[in-house]
Amino acid sequence: MTAFILRRLMQSAAVVAIMSLIVFFGVHVVGDPVYLLINPMADQKEIEEAIRALGLDRPIWEQYWHFLAGALEGDLGRSFVFGEPALKVIVQRMPATLELAFAALMMAILLGIPLGLYAGLYPDRLASRTIMAGSIVGFSLPTFWVGILLIMVFAVMLGWLPSTGRGETATVLGLTSSLFTLDGLSHILLPAFNLALLKISLVIRLTRAGAREAIHQDYIKFARAKGLSGRRVIGVHLLKNIMIPVVTVLGLEFGGLVAFSVVTETIFAWPGMGRLLISSIQSLDRPVIVAYLLIIVLMFVAINLLVDVLYSVLDPRVRLGEKSA
Amino acid sequence: MSRQAANTLEIEGLKTHFFTKAGIVKAVDGISFHVAAGEVLGLVGESGCGKSITGFSILGLVDPPGRIVSGAIRFQGRDIAGLPDEDLRRLRGDRIAMIFQDPMMTLNPVLRVDTQMVEAIRAHARVDQATALGRAREALAAVGIPSPERRLRAYPHELSGGMRQRIAIAIAFINRPDLVIADEPTTALDVTIQAQILHLAQELCRNSGTAMIWITHDLAVVSALADRIAVMYAGRIVEQGPVEDIVDRPLHPYTRGLLGSVPSHNARGRRLAQIPGMTPSLINLPGGCAFRTRCARAGPACLSDPPLTEPAAGRQLRCFDPVMAEAAA
Repeated sequence: MTAFILRRLMQSAAVVAIMSLIVFFGVHVVGDPVYLLINPMADQKEIEEAIRALGLDRPIWEQYWHFLAGALEGDLGRSFVFGEPALKVIVQRMPATLELAFAALMMAILLGIPLGLYAGLYPDRLASRTIMAGSIVGFSLPTFWVGILLIMVFAVMLGWLPSTGRGETATVLGLTSSLFTLDGLSHILLPAFNLALLKISLVIRLTRAGAREAIHQDYIKFARAKGLSGRRVIGVHLLKNIMIPVVTVLGLEFGGLVAFSVVTETIFAWPGMGRLLISSIQSLDRPVIVAYLLIIVLMFVAINLLVDVLYSVLDPRVRLGEKSA
Repeated sequence: MSRQAANTLEIEGLKTHFFTKAGIVKAVDGISFHVAAGEVLGLVGESGCGKSITGFSILGLVDPPGRIVSGAIRFQGRDIAGLPDEDLRRLRGDRIAMIFQDPMMTLNPVLRVDTQMVEAIRAHARVDQATALGRAREALAAVGIPSPERRLRAYPHELSGGMRQRIAIAIAFINRPDLVIADEPTTALDVTIQAQILHLAQELCRNSGTAMIWITHDLAVVSALADRIAVMYAGRIVEQGPVEDIVDRPLHPYTRGLLGSVPSHNARGRRLAQIPGMTPSLINLPGGCAFRTRCARAGPACLSDPPLTEPAAGRQLRCFDPVMAEAAA
């Protein structure tokens, strides 16, 4: 197991290094931030001074080298717009995004698994057909359109829920989040659902397919022949087998939730990293863009590793494979 | 009445049909048999003749679109066909247990052996975890598993096929059931392991007075084990009787065909006799004897249903033209 984790860590380091190269050079191809940052009335001398101050007068490989040296010490450059370290700017907004992604993940689990299980166990019922049709809709509708629709229905027409912002936050056990206040919860409901819709549909389909397959397995029939209650057969014997693919996919999708929050955060004016990325792209705030993308890459790598470890906890057969490998 | 009391299980006119889009599949179509305490009944037939469905019908585990259409399943004198599911659940695994064909598939791959054994005990008795674990350990030792303590903590994939089938048998016998239904439990195993499992099952039944239905397609296996044999074809029992009678003096052409296809020492070098054709589809089976299309002795009479006759004491037969050669001699 240790050798496996070490190997994975080295692979991850390579992925991050290559990614930093692509991102850094890619960002330098799109537009020149100097003209966006500087007073339009400035003369040539002032412009050149600004370029030098930002370190943009150096050749790009030197800039990259400089960036890499800084990055290894945890310095990803200063934001052109905020004048603060890019990392700090992003980390400040991270809790808002993470709580949104977390809320969406919870929705995907708490709605997706029971609904998918029901549809898998009683495939011929009208309710099951409705669930499956709904999941197709959830899959197909674009996130931004659903977001706008949610705002129109629940915020504008019905007036039940707020449409923008994070609401009140509270600090519990050192964690500051809007999940801990009623006002915060009412704020997070719409954006979280918007973000979760795709994942709910995905979990429904995964769970249903798993249940349809597992229900005909001999071990389910054997469990029933042992005289176990229906609850134990479904809740332990069936569910534990289905959970293997669901956990794998959900884990990987958590990274997707954070990344996808760019759209949702923009629509609901959620003060998270996603919205920061959009405004940084608009103002060509290179250090923030690069830092954001690197953080996302690191997160994906970490999640992949975590899922692999979790997978082996759920599926004992994987554990043996690792030992013999 | 006295005979009824001695029989653990009596099945009378059981019909289990599957209502599919293509038509009604009469998987089990009016079968009757009985098993006494401590007795082993061999239920023999080809794949798809309805023998497994018979087993599942007794346990009340027939899944839709199938259901028991008619007939009585009297277990210890009580008709359990159509009992509410909770009552059936209490019987399942406690009074009536089942062993499945493929040990690779019957144990849940993600649960440890101890979990799967303890839950079988605690589903039927109010005992604490430690007591149940103790009983599980004893049950593993009773089926000849070395170092049961270690096996209890293993996952199924860490054990061999023979070992897994022993565990499945230990689970089946763990609550000392009155009836065990064994659905081809040796088919998926090596020949040497087969013999061990056969011996084990026989011993367990004899020691505890458990009645057993041994479902198989292998006459050689069942003739070494069973007290009586029932031969099934296309959802019906075509011949039934004590094992020596059936093996030595088969009356139904189908039984004879099955016996002819078993390899033996004195037939070395000769081609094995085989039954021509294949099992008919059970969808919308035409009337009359279902075996007539494959039967060398079939005549015009076979177009109507052969009645159940009793050619000798304790024997039953469904055939117009039985193979009477030995009987006449």
